[in-house]
Amino acid sequence: MDLITPGFGLVFWTAVTFLLLLVILKKFAWKPILGAVSEREDSIKNALLEADKARQEMENLKSDNEKILKEARTERDAMMKEARDIKNNIVEDAKEEAKAQANKLMEQAKVAIQNEKTAAIADIKTQVASLSIDIAEKVVKEELSSENKQLKLVEDMLKDIKLN
Amino acid sequence: MQINIFRFILIGLLFLVSFNGFAFNEEKATDDKFDPKEMILHHVKDAHSFHLWDWKGHPVSLALPIILWTDNGLTTFMSSAFHHDDTGHHIVEKNGAKFVKLHEKIYQLNPNETTVAFDEEHHPTNAVKPLDFSITRNVFMMWVSVLVLLFIFIGAARSYKKSENNIPRGIAGFIEPLVVFVRDEIGIPMIGEHKYKKYMPYLLTVFFFIWINNIFGLIPILNGANLSGNIAFTFTLAIFTFIITTFSGNKNYWKHIFWMPGVPVPMKIFLMPIEIIGMFVKPISLMIRLFANITAGHVIILALLSLIFVFKSVYIAPVSVAFSLFITIIEIIVTAIQAYIFTILSALYFGMATEEEH
Repeated sequence: MDLITPGFGLVFWTAVTFLLLLVILKKFAWKPILGAVSEREDSIKNALLEADKARQEMENLKSDNEKILKEARTERDAMMKEARDIKNNIVEDAKEEAKAQANKLMEQAKVAIQNEKTAAIADIKTQVASLSIDIAEKVVKEELSSENKQLKLVEDMLKDIKLN
Repeated sequence: MQINIFRFILIGLLFLVSFNGFAFNEEKATDDKFDPKEMILHHVKDAHSFHLWDWKGHPVSLALPIILWTDNGLTTFMSSAFHHDDTGHHIVEKNGAKFVKLHEKIYQLNPNETTVAFDEEHHPTNAVKPLDFSITRNVFMMWVSVLVLLFIFIGAARSYKKSENNIPRGIAGFIEPLVVFVRDEIGIPMIGEHKYKKYMPYLLTVFFFIWINNIFGLIPILNGANLSGNIAFTFTLAIFTFIITTFSGNKNYWKHIFWMPGVPVPMKIFLMPIEIIGMFVKPISLMIRLFANITAGHVIILALLSLIFVFKSVYIAPVSVAFSLFITIIEIIVTAIQAYIFTILSALYFGMATEEEH
């Protein structure tokens, strides 16, 4: 029966000791420990949130960068295309002009050649005429150097006349 | 530095008590017959001195102060004054009154009596029991446990201040998971996110106070330091839980006791006495559960070891030791489980008392 009857002295000392222990530990142990734990948990939570935010920002930045890069690329492509077009145009124009120039030069050359040719022909003609006259003179001199020959010529001419 | 101070205090305390009190018994143990029941009860129950061991047939024990509240006022003397007598024969005269110790109870002889007279059931007939506030071995062990707790937890709390970013160092690294366990597995789920903070100091103190005293009860050299297996201890803690539950009870709590909502009127009347009884049964169950579990563990271990002496054979010793070792290992788990159960049920009752209507 002793075993299950609470002794008054021990109840008293337990109550006093427990209350004192509760007060002391509350002030000097539980408050600092729980405070430190919750403070740390808060700081971890905040750090995680901030990391998340930073990651989000990074992602935004990355996508922005990509957008800018893409724009730059398209712009570059456009510029390249334009440049190519311009180049083509210039080349085309140059070719055309060159061709025109060449044609013109050819034309001029042709005209010059024609002129030269005409002049040459005219010159040849005069020379041929003078040569012919010379030759004819020499031939006539030769032909009419003797009596027989002169006679013969007259005869031939006469023959021709008869025929007419 | 703090360790040194703590050591100094503890050792000083031990010396203070022991220098006053080492006393050797004059008479030799007369009764050769071994009585396991008496031995076990002697170990499980409280005592006025701290019996350490027997040396050459004499018990060596730490004397503890005896504090009595008598009709003549406060009377104090050391338990060594009884010279290990527990049969009520050695009379100590102090402060104009005569005292004897019988079965670890102090009796004050009626005036003008010189010896104790017994009735057939061996109860004294001519003596009264004064109020006994003695520092018994349970009170002594309780204070040792308090010193250990203060040392551990205040030391842990200080280590947070020293470290940056509140990183637990040293003993705090061991303590913190336990504290967080009490908060996250007991406080928050049982009481609720918003109200648990108010009850945390009580829950933590109860948990560690019970646990450390359960552990102390298992250390063989502190034989019989069975504080948490003493009904006075569990009674007091249960009373605290009861008081806190009752005082934190809100409107909803009392409504559930006196006028259960959501049931017909005859049922409300029927449930009222049951709920009122339940109010008291809850702390009583707390008290009995802890007391019975811890005491039962001690009784089993001691009974198993008693087998050696009952059979008077050394060959039974391996069996006894093996079994008691097995039970001791189970008891180590039980120390934590019982502290946990007491704490979680206390928290549950607080949670029921503060629950809002839904």
